Amino acid sequence: MTTVETAAGAAQTMVLNMGPQHPSTHGVLRVVLELDGETVVKARPEIGYLHTGIEKSCEDLTYSQAITLTDRIDYLAPLSNNLGYCLAVEKLLGLEVPKRAQYIRVLLTELTRLNSHLVWLGTHAMDLGATSVMLYCFREREEILKIFEMVSGQRMMTSYFRIGGLALEPPPGWLERVGRFIEMFPSRIEEYEKLLTRNSIWLMRTVGIGILEAKDAIALGVSGPTLRAAGVAYDVRKFFPYSSYEEFSFDVPTRTECDSYARYLVRVAEMRESLKIIRQAMGKIPPEGPIRTDAPGIIPPQREKMKTEMEALIYHFKLFTDGFAPPPGEVYQRIESPRGEVGYFIVSDGSPKPYRVKVRAPSFANLQALPKLSEGGLVADLIACIGTIDIVLGEVDR
Amino acid sequence: MTDKASLEQNAIVQRLRAWDEKAVAEASEFRGELTIVVPREQLQRAAEYLRAEPGLQFDFLSDISAVDRFPMEPRFEVNYHLLSLPLRQILRLRVWVSGKDPAVSTVIPVWPTANWHEREIFDLFGIRFEGHPDLHRILMPDDWEGYPLRKDYPVEGFGT
Repeated sequence: MTTVETAAGAAQTMVLNMGPQHPSTHGVLRVVLELDGETVVKARPEIGYLHTGIEKSCEDLTYSQAITLTDRIDYLAPLSNNLGYCLAVEKLLGLEVPKRAQYIRVLLTELTRLNSHLVWLGTHAMDLGATSVMLYCFREREEILKIFEMVSGQRMMTSYFRIGGLALEPPPGWLERVGRFIEMFPSRIEEYEKLLTRNSIWLMRTVGIGILEAKDAIALGVSGPTLRAAGVAYDVRKFFPYSSYEEFSFDVPTRTECDSYARYLVRVAEMRESLKIIRQAMGKIPPEGPIRTDAPGIIPPQREKMKTEMEALIYHFKLFTDGFAPPPGEVYQRIESPRGEVGYFIVSDGSPKPYRVKVRAPSFANLQALPKLSEGGLVADLIACIGTIDIVLGEVDR
Repeated sequence: MTDKASLEQNAIVQRLRAWDEKAVAEASEFRGELTIVVPREQLQRAAEYLRAEPGLQFDFLSDISAVDRFPMEPRFEVNYHLLSLPLRQILRLRVWVSGKDPAVSTVIPVWPTANWHEREIFDLFGIRFEGHPDLHRILMPDDWEGYPLRKDYPVEGFGT
């Protein structure tokens, strides 16, 4: 018998480039990996492939025009970004939004959270090999997109929230449609859970994978479900309530296992909490009432008035050509998006265009934790780690 | 706007002043948000104090945003949006940075999340963060010329 001598590859690592074109990166993310066999020694995320200069573009638009760009930051949660931006400008102006509009905003942003969590669940499960979950999730997501289309005319780039309120009066019958959806949805969450929660392959792929402890998460500025799965109950809706969230009763689900499975459980529990909020909002929204605040020179006059009153027509023209000018100053408005803390920092110099708009994107901060999650693990688990922090590259790169 | 006297009563301002008389260059409030300007040289010390001091505990750095006040001098402001998770309070810390030599010390030792935020500001504004371990462009290509978010950089770019 002959013995074959093989050279031991000790202490040799290989550098492997993953992405930017890779389906499991949920966009265009490049990760430069240093591998020791199957083990990830180092993972370095490289971003910027989707940079479109949204912050710079905002400086050249009026305050109202810039809303359309906020949709495109996080394309899975356009309404959350609309809300963050509008609240910031309203804070700058000192505007109070009518309660009816506030409740409708709450209802729609919670639907957005469901929408985003559904896409996350579907794609994350698909990354890990459970392809059928995606089809179930997208079935329900379609219903949510139809509701968005019904109220705003758009499935994704809604731009439905405007400064001082909403763009349009929601059409008749929309609440019934929301009602039908939330009647049906709890049973659908059970379906997803039946497919995954006790599924032994799912458990093997997620339990103990991508550990991120509270101490590291806070230091790295991680927020949202990823932080809450490490046991920190930071939710902007509870800490600094906006848009009347203080009137709603809901829990902030947390887990302490700090792993990928805990983040899955937190997001599923959050879907149930969102349903609670939507149900309460449906009861709160008055059937009639203003959807915009009354602030001449900032809020466009009603369409009906423009047909009969000269002044309204002039106002309308001036508002859409010149815009309005908030007082000089700066505000930072944070809200809880599906991915964590979205912050809009808007600086006004007293002109009709924002002097500076800075978007604090939760994905940007959360992605920084990727090396912490994945280093020391297997290369196959890197996919689980990217999926579990739920990034949207449009938001990372802006 | 709140008047100066009531701002001096603010607990955070008072604590900082009691700790170091020179730590607060200026304090202002707009729409209920407190901004404290610290001298550039004091930044890292003040940051460490704000994070560690039991009554302040600003353990979470949400964001760092720069603003270009061209043609004013000092030209840039760098804003640190801080949050205290245990005490549920917020603060905006600001330093002014000169346009001639735009540099400020890094806060990564205090809040590691600052790493990418500082790289982004370096990339888009050209402000150097001294002591940053890995300061290079993050969003723009490595060979890009100029700093796009500066006010003397046109929205449509310099042409290709």
